[in-house]
Amino acid sequence: MTQLLLETGIKIAIILGGMMTAAAYFVLLERRMAAWVQDRIGPNRVGIPGTKVRLFGLGQPLADGIKFILKENYTPAHVNHALYAIAPVVILTAALTTFVVIPMGSLIPHFKVGVPQVGVVDSGHNVEMIAAPGIDVGLILIFALSSIAVYGVILGGWSSNNKYSFLGGLRSSAQLIAYELPLSLGILGVVLAAGSLDIDTITKAQAVQGWYGILQPLGFIVFLIAAFAEASRLPFDLPEAEQELIGGYHTEYAGMKLLLFLVAEFLHMIAASFLIVQLFLGGWHLPFITGDLDNEKITWFTAALRIGVLQAKIFGVIVFFMLVRWSWPRFRFDQLMSLAWKIMLPLGILNLVAVAVVQEFTKPETLNGKVIAIAVGWIVLVAGWLCMALSNPLVTDNRPRRDLSLAEVDAQI
Amino acid sequence: MKPDDPNITWIEEPKLGLAGMLYLPLFVQGLTTTFKHMAKSLGGGVVTVSYPDEEPKIGNPLIYRGVHRLNKDEQGRVKCVACFLCATACPAHCIDIIAAESPWPDREKYPQSFVIDELRCIYCGMCEEACPVDAVELTSLYNLTGRSREEMMFDKEKLLSVYDATKDKEPMKSPALGGTAT
Ligand code: SF4
Ligand code: SF4
Repeated sequence: MTQLLLETGIKIAIILGGMMTAAAYFVLLERRMAAWVQDRIGPNRVGIPGTKVRLFGLGQPLADGIKFILKENYTPAHVNHALYAIAPVVILTAALTTFVVIPMGSLIPHFKVGVPQVGVVDSGHNVEMIAAPGIDVGLILIFALSSIAVYGVILGGWSSNNKYSFLGGLRSSAQLIAYELPLSLGILGVVLAAGSLDIDTITKAQAVQGWYGILQPLGFIVFLIAAFAEASRLPFDLPEAEQELIGGYHTEYAGMKLLLFLVAEFLHMIAASFLIVQLFLGGWHLPFITGDLDNEKITWFTAALRIGVLQAKIFGVIVFFMLVRWSWPRFRFDQLMSLAWKIMLPLGILNLVAVAVVQEFTKPETLNGKVIAIAVGWIVLVAGWLCMALSNPLVTDNRPRRDLSLAEVDAQI
Repeated sequence: MKPDDPNITWIEEPKLGLAGMLYLPLFVQGLTTTFKHMAKSLGGGVVTVSYPDEEPKIGNPLIYRGVHRLNKDEQGRVKCVACFLCATACPAHCIDIIAAESPWPDREKYPQSFVIDELRCIYCGMCEEACPVDAVELTSLYNLTGRSREEMMFDKEKLLSVYDATKDKEPMKSPALGGTAT
């Protein structure tokens, strides 16, 4: 029992520290990438204080953190105090708890090390690199938590007593409800194919069947787009569209509370990248490199390799997230909604049906079955995309309709 | 205005082709632009300058509008004839001149005191345009700093010293640039 508690505690500490640091450094990366895309240099000056060592600006996250901590924790007089204080905590807790069921790698082999004054520390078994191993409903937990995070946004927007914040919160709730469906439909295809809700099992199934990004391209695209919307990243960042809503739901926040919101936002992005990689891009698996699937045969070398592969993939996805930000303009809200309900939802269902049919009639474990599954997946992608594009062309015209009578037009306005 | 007002010209948005409906060209264009700029920046093509370490390049110093100077003539006297045209033209009212009878025979007046408030100035260049004898000019000095407001009131001596500091680098404005210097 003590051993279990200790093990979990160490894991949680590593994940907490790692994720917070990662979020801080991704902020720096995001700022540098933004600068590069805009032909600028970006923050590159903060290094070791008191010296001229600049380290390419790697001290920036620390300086930002200190700045946030030292700022006055100002609370406007007109807010609902209890909810105002709870909102950032809710959102950060939900964002952090997600990582409990997300594997950070594969396994670490059984080890014994001698620690001075303590004696021999025996791990007792292969250590799974996940804070809560053996949870069979990991994906459901992630969904539950990401829905709780919406409460943080809504509470923040509502308790601020500010119209802009409130609109940001409302937009966010509408958007997240709309995109939860395509997101789950994208995941359902994976769950159906792998036969499990446990992320590690899904990764292993991909090692056998092939990556689901290739087997179910339509599901992958739907999931990817929905993940962008879930993480409120551009082009779907309507909850905090600066040009329209100032800061959106966190307009009234300052100091540490604002920091919690911002960190939670980055944690959402990191969690989304983890899910994209582990559900569709094979997780730690890379053909011929990452070793035997049998848990008992794991060596330190393969364990390290798997961690490396996983982190590299996640890094790539996050860089993609950041590039997308500067590539396309933001959707208008009605376009966002019609994209979710009229395009993504049918496509998600189509993908689910296709996966179910493939799963019923072929065995993706065999070579033949794999070829069939891939062929079906891509045909469904092309056909579905064509149908959706032809039946729902992108409309940018949101003027009142002129074929209606004047009274009706007035009513529309 | 009602939607059926005859003064409104309704423009229909252009119809998308098949490719446009598929979002693909948009997708590709967006990413290409991003990648192009990123590659350019990483290759050293950034437009920003790390200022204190690196001086910015000024396109043409002769038409840059930075700190003022008061020009001197060949005998080292201030060129200004205290005609007040610059002070009149100045939209920010930051030129303050006190005229006095000239000690020299070739002109009637000269500025006893000539003060430009560099903090109030909007660097529009109107004074330079207005001056009939090209006495006041804007140089290409851009890094103007001071520790107090008083320090930023440039008097005659200071403006003349700016001339001494910049006269070799920046000749007085030639007729080609709208000046009268020969
Ligand atoms: S540059 Fe413009 S604002 Fe400045 S002193 Fe000359 S006229 Fe006045
Ligand atoms: S600087 Fe030129 S315009 Fe101004 S008072 Fe002197 S001569 Fe006249």
